[in-house]
Amino acid sequence: MSLDHSFVGRTYPPTAPYQVGREKIREFATAIGASDPAHHDPEAARALGHPDVVAPPTFPVVLTMAASRQLIEDPALGVDYSRVVHGDQRFAYTRPVVAGDELVCVNTVEDITSRGGHEFLTTRTDVSTTAGEPVVAVWSKLVVRGEA
Amino acid sequence: MELPTQTFRVTRADLVRYAGASGDFNPIHWSDRFATKVGLPGVIAHGMFTMALVGRAVTAWAGSPDAVVEYGVRFTRPVVVPDDDAGTEIVVTAVVREVTDDGLTKLDVTATCLDEKVLSQARATVRTIG
Repeated sequence: MSLDHSFVGRTYPPTAPYQVGREKIREFATAIGASDPAHHDPEAARALGHPDVVAPPTFPVVLTMAASRQLIEDPALGVDYSRVVHGDQRFAYTRPVVAGDELVCVNTVEDITSRGGHEFLTTRTDVSTTAGEPVVAVWSKLVVRGEA
Repeated sequence: MELPTQTFRVTRADLVRYAGASGDFNPIHWSDRFATKVGLPGVIAHGMFTMALVGRAVTAWAGSPDAVVEYGVRFTRPVVVPDDDAGTEIVVTAVVREVTDDGLTKLDVTATCLDEKVLSQARATVRTIG
């Protein structure tokens, strides 16, 4: 089964808001060994000018990966997840994610290409606050391996 | 300018902890049986975990946990993590490619495991260095 190339340019409805918790940021930072006090101690984060603890740079994947199920589980787009390999990942920040953020993801299919029997799906997820303030744009390229 | 090399040890316990924290429970990151069934050499680290460790290297070089403006990688090779206490090692190096007119520093980053490159086109833009 192949991807429906007519989905290029399509934007999905915003996902339900994700509440960024202080303990979730601490848990994620601990899991990757990020011990900088600004990830754990609100006072240390405030000293850097943030309202609460700061998430490490790859933290947004916690919400964008969950949000991408919207595309992956869309039968009309046609992703066979058992054949998916993560190809590329990129983050462009307006500002870091901090505890207390309430974030909404908007997924757009940016590109679909085929090469060598494989298909490449590039998505962009615009992450913003519920008030509409942009926080980070996240690109993912998924490789859907062809049948060998 | 070349930045100081940073090394990260990765064990199975780290993968389990990362799975829980990130919500990525794909069994290729914890089950040998599943990983080998889908043609992998063994349990592999989450690409996003490797990317997170490299992110730690980048924020350490930047000297600030909130300095990253842009960060992207291509996953080229899986990091196989053996089921023992030693695990494996990811070695991260970088060079400063450019300092822009508005004061941002662009880094070209290299991450290797057992001397093989595991990320390519790994690039980060940070507000400061050191």
